[in-house]
Amino acid sequence: MSDMRALPVGDRALLVELGSGEEAEALHAELLRRRAEGTLPAVQEIVPAARTVLLDGLDDPARFAKWLAGWEIPPLASGARSAIEIPVRYDGPDLAAVAELWGVRPDEVGRIHSSTVFRVAFCGFAPGFGYLTGLAERYAVPRRATPRTAVPAGAVALAGAYTGVYPRSSPGGWQLIGSTRAVLWDHARVPAALLTPGARVRFVPEEL
Amino acid sequence: MTDRAFAVVRAGALTSVQDHGRSGHAHLGVPRSGVLDRPASDLANRLVGNPAEAAVLETTLNGCAVRPRRAVTVAVTGAPCRVTVDGRPAAWGAPVRVAAGKVLELEHATGGVRSYLAFAGGIACEPVLGSRSTDLLSGLGPAPLTDGAVLPLGDPSGPPVYADAVPWQGPPRELVLRAGPGPRADWFTARALHTLATAVYRVSAASNRIGLRTEGPPLERAVHGELPSEGMVLGAVQVPPDGRPLIFLADHPTTGGYPVIAVVRERDLGAAAQAPPGTPIRFVPTRTR
Repeated sequence: MSDMRALPVGDRALLVELGSGEEAEALHAELLRRRAEGTLPAVQEIVPAARTVLLDGLDDPARFAKWLAGWEIPPLASGARSAIEIPVRYDGPDLAAVAELWGVRPDEVGRIHSSTVFRVAFCGFAPGFGYLTGLAERYAVPRRATPRTAVPAGAVALAGAYTGVYPRSSPGGWQLIGSTRAVLWDHARVPAALLTPGARVRFVPEEL
Repeated sequence: MTDRAFAVVRAGALTSVQDHGRSGHAHLGVPRSGVLDRPASDLANRLVGNPAEAAVLETTLNGCAVRPRRAVTVAVTGAPCRVTVDGRPAAWGAPVRVAAGKVLELEHATGGVRSYLAFAGGIACEPVLGSRSTDLLSGLGPAPLTDGAVLPLGDPSGPPVYADAVPWQGPPRELVLRAGPGPRADWFTARALHTLATAVYRVSAASNRIGLRTEGPPLERAVHGELPSEGMVLGAVQVPPDGRPLIFLADHPTTGGYPVIAVVRERDLGAAAQAPPGTPIRFVPTRTR
């Protein structure tokens, strides 16, 4: 990838910046593939994010950066993994506001959202909170001007072009369009997170 | 519950169970957590014959008091404080045998911020993702101690170690933090980078286990756009909109959207955890290999 940049992060880590979220996801997938194959040097954490992948706990980040520059990174394979289905009711308090931003009727928000195949680009904010990409850029919405002090667990929410599901009750500024009874995070389960980076996701409307 | 346990008599301002933390889960949004002053905690464990990674109590400024249900060997390290057993003075920085039902108290720290209390056998609460650490950012692990809580202890695994003297550097009068390059140093003006390397900052009272906040001259940005969320490391010096650098400690979020100007070396973070509000800070830029 021509516009890949490896940025130094202290003396034990490397932040690899890419031209797009898709390229970051492709690099993340390739890193996981090489790790599974046993050809990746020891690294403590591989953390994908919006445009970057962080490699933390490397013995020699500079050497890794040089090696990485010569990689051929295959584009993301689509449809290789089956999608995780999340049951949802489109009953969020911000449904009308989102419909207005999208220029559609409130009942169309759920139709558009549930006909989209999402991918977990990365996790953050809270354990098990995935940033899901898939909605077209024209459906991007701003965060709420005033964040809520308590968003309930299972709230299905939008911010920018991302969709997220709150794993537990917490403060939050995303626009709430629905709710799910799916358990996003259970530390007694393996894996604890329902949504892990790279997973494909579909929202399936439930009867009200 | 069995008698392999202790009751909390006085929880203190903030006392939590900590071990070496839960690494390897950052990609799921799980902070690493764990003890802030690892050399101090490892020493406490060594003194009572535990492996270094056994779970201990980490106190904040005003100590705590506990009542073991059966006799147990303990050791207190980190921030120096008066240690008593049923009101009688006991040793700091050495194994202490506490009889069943006696009250062990760690009084207010006389220097530093965080004292460590290790029990032979370690604290045996249920691990979450391989760690017993309390994570104050995301709420994983046991809740911070409350008065009256009862916590289980493990079986002692080795004999206590009696040493003539234990190292304690004293609370830092000045915090010197060696800092390597940050991924977004180019988001700041040359003047800001010079300020970071030369100005004196002070530890802010708003500091906690998530981050060491500072007071001092604001750092001016050269790039004003919004930074898309990116992965964050322990020791990252993040610069929020107010321009005052903030150093990420163990409970830091795994991703963040403010630019990182530098990264403090991990071995300097133990001292950072012991620097009370008002302590002067100097950042010393280092070059990596």
